[in-house]
Amino acid sequence: MIVSMSWLKDYVDIGLSAGALADALTMRGLEVEAVRDRYAYLSSVKVARILEAGPHPRADKLTLCRVDAGDGEVTIVCGAPNARKGLLTALALPGTELPSGAIVNEAEIRGVLSKGMLCSESELGLSDDAAGILELPGRMKPGTPIARALKLSDFILEIGVTPNRPDCLCMLGVAREVAAITGKKLRLPETGASRQGGETARLTSVAIEAPQDCPRYVARLLLNAKIGPSPFWLRDRLSAVGQRPLNNIVDVTNYVMLELGQPLHAFDLDLLEERRIVVRRALPGEPFVTLDGQKRELLPENLMICDGKKPVALAGVMGGLNSEINGNTQNVLLESAYFSPMSVRRTSKKLGYHTEASHRFERGVDPEGQLRAADRAIALMAEVSGGTVVKGAVDSHPAPVKRRKVTLSVKQANRILGTKIPGQKMAGLISSVDIPVTKLDRDRLSATIPGFRPDISRPEDLVEEVARLWGFDRIPVTTPQFPMEAENEDGFLAFRRSLRAVMTGLGFSEAVNYSFAPGNAGDLLDLSPEDRRRSTVALLNPLSEDMAVMRSSLCSGLLAAAGRNVNQQNRDLAMFELGKTFVAVAGEKLPQETFYLAAVLCGSRQPASWAVTEQPRDFYDAKGAVEAVLAAFKIQGARFSPAGKVEFPYLRPGHGAEVRHGDLLLGCAGQVSPSVARRFDIKAPIFLVELNAHHLSSLAPEAITFAPPSRYPSVTRDITLIVARAAQAQDVIARVLSMGNEWVESMDAIDVYVGNPIAEGKKSMTFRITYRSFEATLTDAEVNTLHEKIGRDLVQAFNAELP
Amino acid sequence: MKEKIAEIKARALAEMEQAGDEKALKEANARFLGRKGDVAALFAEIPRLSPEERKQAGQLINELKNALEQAFARATEALAERDSREHALDVTLPGRPMAVGRLHPITKVMEEMCAIFTRMGFSVAEGPEVELDWYNFEALNFPPDHPARDMQDTFFVSDGVVLRTHTSPLQVRTMEKTRPPVRVIAPGKVFRCDSDVTHTPMFHQVEGLVVDRGISFADLKGTLTEFVTSMFGKDTPLRFRPSFFPFTEPSAEVDIGCVMCKGAGCRICKKTGWLEILGSGMVHPAVFENVNYDTSQYTGFAFGLGVERVAMLKYGIDDIRRFFENDGKFLQQF
Repeated sequence: MIVSMSWLKDYVDIGLSAGALADALTMRGLEVEAVRDRYAYLSSVKVARILEAGPHPRADKLTLCRVDAGDGEVTIVCGAPNARKGLLTALALPGTELPSGAIVNEAEIRGVLSKGMLCSESELGLSDDAAGILELPGRMKPGTPIARALKLSDFILEIGVTPNRPDCLCMLGVAREVAAITGKKLRLPETGASRQGGETARLTSVAIEAPQDCPRYVARLLLNAKIGPSPFWLRDRLSAVGQRPLNNIVDVTNYVMLELGQPLHAFDLDLLEERRIVVRRALPGEPFVTLDGQKRELLPENLMICDGKKPVALAGVMGGLNSEINGNTQNVLLESAYFSPMSVRRTSKKLGYHTEASHRFERGVDPEGQLRAADRAIALMAEVSGGTVVKGAVDSHPAPVKRRKVTLSVKQANRILGTKIPGQKMAGLISSVDIPVTKLDRDRLSATIPGFRPDISRPEDLVEEVARLWGFDRIPVTTPQFPMEAENEDGFLAFRRSLRAVMTGLGFSEAVNYSFAPGNAGDLLDLSPEDRRRSTVALLNPLSEDMAVMRSSLCSGLLAAAGRNVNQQNRDLAMFELGKTFVAVAGEKLPQETFYLAAVLCGSRQPASWAVTEQPRDFYDAKGAVEAVLAAFKIQGARFSPAGKVEFPYLRPGHGAEVRHGDLLLGCAGQVSPSVARRFDIKAPIFLVELNAHHLSSLAPEAITFAPPSRYPSVTRDITLIVARAAQAQDVIARVLSMGNEWVESMDAIDVYVGNPIAEGKKSMTFRITYRSFEATLTDAEVNTLHEKIGRDLVQAFNAELP
Repeated sequence: MKEKIAEIKARALAEMEQAGDEKALKEANARFLGRKGDVAALFAEIPRLSPEERKQAGQLINELKNALEQAFARATEALAERDSREHALDVTLPGRPMAVGRLHPITKVMEEMCAIFTRMGFSVAEGPEVELDWYNFEALNFPPDHPARDMQDTFFVSDGVVLRTHTSPLQVRTMEKTRPPVRVIAPGKVFRCDSDVTHTPMFHQVEGLVVDRGISFADLKGTLTEFVTSMFGKDTPLRFRPSFFPFTEPSAEVDIGCVMCKGAGCRICKKTGWLEILGSGMVHPAVFENVNYDTSQYTGFAFGLGVERVAMLKYGIDDIRRFFENDGKFLQQF
């Protein structure tokens, strides 16, 4: 809501600076988002005296003026007939932006440099007078800002009115709040009150066929009006608050709406067939053209204002082209109605309109205000258009609204607020905004809620009024008293926090991507048509095709982020994300939301340095990360095997592993298939880790039991096996560990070699076994015997040779 | 004998001191202190002396031996020190690189916020991001076809299903599951279909809810004042001003004194000196009615904090979209 302070002063004395008023309104719930000086554009327009005026050497109609601008003399070329020696007038200096949008420049006019412009009232936006330049009276000093000289002052306040306060969508409503702040009296605009019926009822009628949607409709008539531009004061007020003036009749409807909050509509009475109004729902598919020239097919829920034959307005939203006020209009039917918020909202939402009228109707106008607004507007229309007001009004009021009474317990209010405000004070606060209050007994107040406050219907609404008018800053500051109960932390939340810590510890930085994915994310990742990750949750109103669905995998977001980084020359990446994926579940309204950990790795393991040569990352970096995560949470028994094509189609064949634990598929580690990577603008090898965070959390042991280590020294022995290329290290190690020999403490693969002199199709693998006993120091002989036995077993089991 | 000892001592000390390297030093040591060295030879002469002389000579030779042993130790140490100095490292060379991963700034700020509230005794709750209209709107006193719904541009999924526009559904979900007293916060992602320099379609909030007998607006002020001073510093000015949310009444926006200009007025605070950081209010009785809490017994307050806003202030980030671009040069800074 845009408010002009000088307009407000019609209804209330303010006595505060614009800044102080803005603060006071903000602290009472009307947030002032901006304060502007209406006449800021006049800051470079000064009082100036013409010292000398002579003919322009090369132009008959121009005058050459030597002007005292206060801080020196300048030459100005002027075309006004009244430019003469001694005249005190207004000089716009270069840089001034005039209301027309023109910018005053230093300009050469027919060979003479003019350093500014002498202005008429019209050029300065002060009146319609364009006959000549401003003639200032008396002894004003040249150089005085023109706004000060003419005592022009207005500030424009932009107020963010919350949806519960439709009463503040007009000057009078804001003035009422100002009056409550300053304690001054509110002055209502004068209206001649009309009577029901009269001559008007003989000339027209109103039939309401949908009283639910339209409980009240007031019509008044104006005859023999002359349509034309509004007088300056009216146009000036409208432009002050950002409204474009159109013609005198329409301008009055807007003016009164801004003044009283009641949207109005004016019809050309002669364009209404049978000269009457019918309020009804639209027929399905009925065509209608609104004022803005848009052709619409109506829906049965649209409430329409019709004449005897056809729709003429979209009720509470916008008028129709077929009945609008035009240059030839003589007779006017003025509509002032109450339309139900729900009806207007349905129509405006469905048809995509948002107008000043619909904005107010949706929030609820004063159901008692129709007649007053109609009377006010019809009188103004007569004044500005020369028309004749027809006596009386048609006030069709099939469903009158009764004023609500709400009871407030003073004790309860103080309990909710934590205050000790006396009942008398509360009554005073509530009545300061024109809500009548009576005292019921020692504790209870009864408030009769006026029609302009649809937001108040229960005691808490009055508590809010008391609190905001009393001042939130005067409410004490206390802390709630609670028993000392330490609730257990949610285990999964704590797990995710540890998981993040483990990942950063491993050198990965955390990314947070949008939870959206492109509609074709399944194709980008080569998911099969049956893949459950294709059951995405689609948005009905996505912002873009790239954000059309909720992600069913973290991969597309992370790969896209990696692609952007690579394009920005951030080539060495180790990045992870821990977030939800969404998969639609048949028969369920809500999808399955699953937390995943995903990470990408590309580029070099470490930056080039004097100490290490740059090494490109490979599959084993990804796998190492998975193993580190498993180790960090003491998850034992996970098995790696070549990644399945169905579950992980986006991994390069033969270069990816899936990780399982028992029946659970934990996730994968592997190189992203080059064709998938290219779709994300990544040409270099990139590696991916994906783990189901819920599974990891469920496998992490809750309790850890300490086992004392052996006090005896360990002995290590290496063994090298020459085996088939396809043989897997994991199997060799698993075999040894499962032999159940208590002296075998651990076994690691320490070298893998392919090539000369190892035969084609074979590879050499070296393992290191650590032996240790809990009972004694092992002797060389004991270890050798066991080591050889293990060696023989492996040779046989893996068809291996010893080197 | 005495002269002989003095002569050996002088010679030995000089030779040990002048030994240029470890090998020379060891040779000198062997010559004097070795099994066939000069000191051993002196000990061998003792039996040939008169009984009176023996005692004195033994003492003198032992003193010589100790002195030479000490001299040898000193010389060994001096040589080692010289060697270390000669092989000094360029300690200004960078160490072997070890990668340091960073948490996302949103995570850091959200954890900081949650930590403050959990220290106060709040527990943490979570809920779905794709949410039923009932939890996101209706149970929170947003009737269907109500303009209050326009305050939040909603992503729709299907009839009755939306992306949650705030973390407030957790108020209802929590109260459905528990009886008072309730003290809970709910951090998480929320979605609104809006995108420009100051809005992203996804952002983060931390919701809070306190319900018990006798909870007042003054308690709300106290709790949030405690939070603000923990988060932004003891002397941070704050103000509560009336606002509107359908699910609280009275409702309050909380502004803090601009952390950039300290209240003088700048671009960040739009010259007001104040920054809006959270919305709050007393739980609306209609919300309590929806979860069958007795409104004659219980009152409560709720609040919602915007995480991005706070992170932008804390780190001086100029554009909210940076949070979700995940540029490595951005992520490395936190």
